[in-house]
Amino acid sequence: MKQLVVISGKGGTGKTTMTASLAALARGEMVVADCDVDAPDLHLLLKPEVRETFDFLGLQAASIDPDKCTRCGKCEEACRFCAISDFAVDPAACEGCRVCTVVCPSEAVTMVDRISGHAFVSDTRFGTMVHAELFPGEEASGKLVTMVRELASRIAAEENKDLVIIDGSPGIGCPVIASITGTDLALVMTEPSISGAHDLERILAVAEHFGVEALVAVNKHDLNPEMTEEIGGLCGDLGVELAGRLPFDPEVVGAMIRGETLVEVEGPVGEAIRDLWGKIRARL
Amino acid sequence: MMISVASGKGGTGKTLVTTNMAASIGGVELLDCDVEEPNSYLFFPEMDERESSDCMVPIPVIDEDRCTRCGRCSDFCAYHALAVFPQKVLLFPELCHGCGGCALLCPEGAISEGSRSIGRIHRGRSGEVRLLWGELFVGEPMATPLIRAVKAEARGDLVLVDSPPGTACPVIEAARGSDFCLLVTEPTPFGLYDLSIAVQVVRGMDIPCGVVVNRSGIGDRGVYDYCKKESIPILLEIPMKREIAELYSRGVLFTTAMAEWRDKFVLLLERIAEEVESR
Repeated sequence: MKQLVVISGKGGTGKTTMTASLAALARGEMVVADCDVDAPDLHLLLKPEVRETFDFLGLQAASIDPDKCTRCGKCEEACRFCAISDFAVDPAACEGCRVCTVVCPSEAVTMVDRISGHAFVSDTRFGTMVHAELFPGEEASGKLVTMVRELASRIAAEENKDLVIIDGSPGIGCPVIASITGTDLALVMTEPSISGAHDLERILAVAEHFGVEALVAVNKHDLNPEMTEEIGGLCGDLGVELAGRLPFDPEVVGAMIRGETLVEVEGPVGEAIRDLWGKIRARL
Repeated sequence: MMISVASGKGGTGKTLVTTNMAASIGGVELLDCDVEEPNSYLFFPEMDERESSDCMVPIPVIDEDRCTRCGRCSDFCAYHALAVFPQKVLLFPELCHGCGGCALLCPEGAISEGSRSIGRIHRGRSGEVRLLWGELFVGEPMATPLIRAVKAEARGDLVLVDSPPGTACPVIEAARGSDFCLLVTEPTPFGLYDLSIAVQVVRGMDIPCGVVVNRSGIGDRGVYDYCKKESIPILLEIPMKREIAELYSRGVLFTTAMAEWRDKFVLLLERIAEEVESR
């Protein structure tokens, strides 16, 4: 089984639109996973019908029993995350380390599980989709990414599918690392802007760091052809193939509003994605 | 007053709004807390007083001579940052949250605390804008300590915080303590969905919010209907214009080339101040 992850350093460069289109091209042969768990949008295009729901247990949080608490303040002093004040825990700041339970002389602090989100297994018109919702402001998004990926791999094996397509999150931190590790190929989306180029360089370094082969696609390449060339040069220097150039097309937003992928409608962007898909298949 | 600029969805124009707003109003401190991909500084190429320092986080240092490999530390560690083998204790520093629990628990006193750098804090000045930004090292998973460190250096009366995308812990850390949260979105289904999650986050933190609609003219009416229904003020609309996109792509503040926009950003600040005061 192969795993393809679609990522980008910079947000808003077209990861989700790309993932949905690739899922359409590989329909019936893949399981798709939305690992952008704190801003998931793939469901807006794939319209999943949920067939199974799982609770996601995030980090445990400390809880202080006011009846046992002697207000000595040792827990507040020991907490490195400033999660305790006035002898109460701020669950949003608590990182679940349990140091407070160790320093409390009166056993007033206990750790409690918290459900931080849900993971779903759903049917879509292209195949099974695994996705999730992280409750707003929760931590451990990387842990939820891992849960989504494990579910997706398990289901792909059960359904005899040989490909998992993963929609990643922007950035280079914990959820991105959780999305990219152990995949076979990363398709890195960028745009021809100074921010896009800067962020591309960093995310390619992350892929390199975790030993994942990468391909680059420039979205809206014709908005700034010089910058696209610069990105091409950067890719050349780093030994990474610039495999796709998607033109700017106002119709892309129209397709999004209708909940369609770009390969289900006629247009230059869909053609560019089909071409790119050939190159991806050759690498996998 | 501290104003955080957030969005939920990436690429909606947080940095566009933060940088142009800072340059238009002046006398402001701009904190780029999108430490995974900091971009704000790219729009201020001529900067004075450039300097930077490391962002240090605590990590355990194990005295192998004293250590009896009892395993209390690795059993306790909630982040699986320690593994105890018969001959050696292995530390995975990037997994360590620096809680100090292992040093506290070690019965042999074999664990002391050292520190390591997870990124850089950069400082500079461009005209009337003081810039501070964090840059997380590649391969480091945890952005929040660096975001906290950047915010700890804020001194100005007026502080703008450019937040990371998403709605998870880094966003919370960036928005924490702000008087107002400006949510930048685009009028599309993706923009709307992620805006609605971001609104839940800031409301959960009891921070008043308002919306900037970027690239107005594309998409549909969903964002407008939602804001009306939720009584969230739309404080500014920036139309989809090729000129703005091109200037942005070259790293140029569009308010320098399209001077009429400076007044709009000054007005935006005034409207935010009114919203904060009316609370």
